[in-house]
Amino acid sequence: MITTEHLSKQYDADLESLRSRVLEMGGLVETQIRGAIESFTDGNQELAERVIVGDHQVNGYEVSIDDACGQVIVKRQPAARDLRLIMAISKTVTDLERVGDEAEKIARMAKSIHERGRIQNERLPEIRHVSDIAVRMLRQALDAFARLDAAEAAQVVRQDAAIDAEFRAILRQLITYMMEDPRTISTALEVVWIAKAIERIGDHAKNLAEQVIYIVKGTDVRHTSMERVEQEASA
Amino acid sequence: MEAQAAARTPIMKPFVTEARSAVVPADSATKLQVRNLNFYYGSFLALKSISLDIPEKRVTAFIGPSGCGKSTLLRTFNRMYSLYPEQRAEGEVIMDGENLLTSKQDVSLIRAKIGMVFQKPTPFPMSIYDNIAFGVRLFERLGKRDMDERVEWALTRAALWNEAKDKLQQSGNSLSGGQQQRLCIARGIAIKPEVLLLDEPCSALDPISTGKVEELIHELKRDYTVVIVTHNMQQAARVSDYTAYMYLGELIEFDVTDTLFIKPSRKETEDYITGRFG
Repeated sequence: MITTEHLSKQYDADLESLRSRVLEMGGLVETQIRGAIESFTDGNQELAERVIVGDHQVNGYEVSIDDACGQVIVKRQPAARDLRLIMAISKTVTDLERVGDEAEKIARMAKSIHERGRIQNERLPEIRHVSDIAVRMLRQALDAFARLDAAEAAQVVRQDAAIDAEFRAILRQLITYMMEDPRTISTALEVVWIAKAIERIGDHAKNLAEQVIYIVKGTDVRHTSMERVEQEASA
Repeated sequence: MEAQAAARTPIMKPFVTEARSAVVPADSATKLQVRNLNFYYGSFLALKSISLDIPEKRVTAFIGPSGCGKSTLLRTFNRMYSLYPEQRAEGEVIMDGENLLTSKQDVSLIRAKIGMVFQKPTPFPMSIYDNIAFGVRLFERLGKRDMDERVEWALTRAALWNEAKDKLQQSGNSLSGGQQQRLCIARGIAIKPEVLLLDEPCSALDPISTGKVEELIHELKRDYTVVIVTHNMQQAARVSDYTAYMYLGELIEFDVTDTLFIKPSRKETEDYITGRFG
């Protein structure tokens, strides 16, 4: 961990402000997901609407943080860890923005399901469970980013397999259900999309965690094995 | 095309020999082998047991804060220091199997093989043409036509021919600073050296002239081994294949430039290149 500061205090301030805005954006995105899931499980239409509208704010964060990254690059020509931080932030905000999109998608599905009429056996406990994992992964990835903790980031990467397994289980159950009663197909499909959106959130959290390892260790662990990720994170 | 092909040649990570600082680039023949080099200004030890290999036909950059010894190291390569009686070097700088520091060769022959360009442009007080021809005449007897060709060749290689061809008989001092520096580079390559040492060649130049000199450095490495000292880290990152970071007379880290600027191995290097040094 680098404790020494830059000769330029303004440079330190610029980087610090960038980091805290990423965390703010992460917090907002987390609220969006929770709201979206709740709007589905509780059938809260008003909440779904709030989530859909709130996505604009997430998009605004993406644009303004990317712009600030450009400013740092042009003014400071960052090198080494600073350069890795800027590059990682620029990628991270893209992932966070996509998480925001998934939340919006879930809210829209929730609305549509509610309007069409709910079905029995929507797999609510399973959806809640898998979304808890996704939100936890996202929060832990942001935590690893805030503390530049590569070991914690590696744990996030590891959890992605669990979320994938949960998604496949939900899919199997819903397929069985649709075969039993074809009238449920359109709603059940939307539940599948919701589960898929949650599974994607896990992927984005994993991407975020991989960027943390890149910042801290300087090694790009994307598209490598879990063993490699853990090896690099503890190197 | 050839230059592009050279640029695509993968650069391998150097490996470290027994001493921490003795780094040997793996993908290229070694042009200059520096071993346990100590350098003294009087009793002050300015270089402390430096060992590294300068790869052939590559650009190697020395970076580090003022007083770290990077220019001193560059100047030992062509025995510049031997002009000053209180300065001395111990150890080895080996080129073609011979230790240049103890070589019995005439020092001007060494400097014909290892040319140098300084921080400030230093054209001779004579015509542009003679600035180039002067050095050539010391080592070769060329007829007028051959000499004309050599002058054109050197000026072309230094990307100055188009600007200077119509005023070859004008004084070298009539050129702009950036042109003067390219004239000095032309003068340096006119005698066809094997190694070109550049001591902050762009620090007195404006950005456009700097851009031209950097472009030129990129061209030069096709035929020459280039070693450059620079205060400008971005310049080192742009022009060099290998970078050495020095501090207080020691070689702290020597690595492939692309690696050193993104993932340096040592904290001292990281602090310096990220502007945390202080």
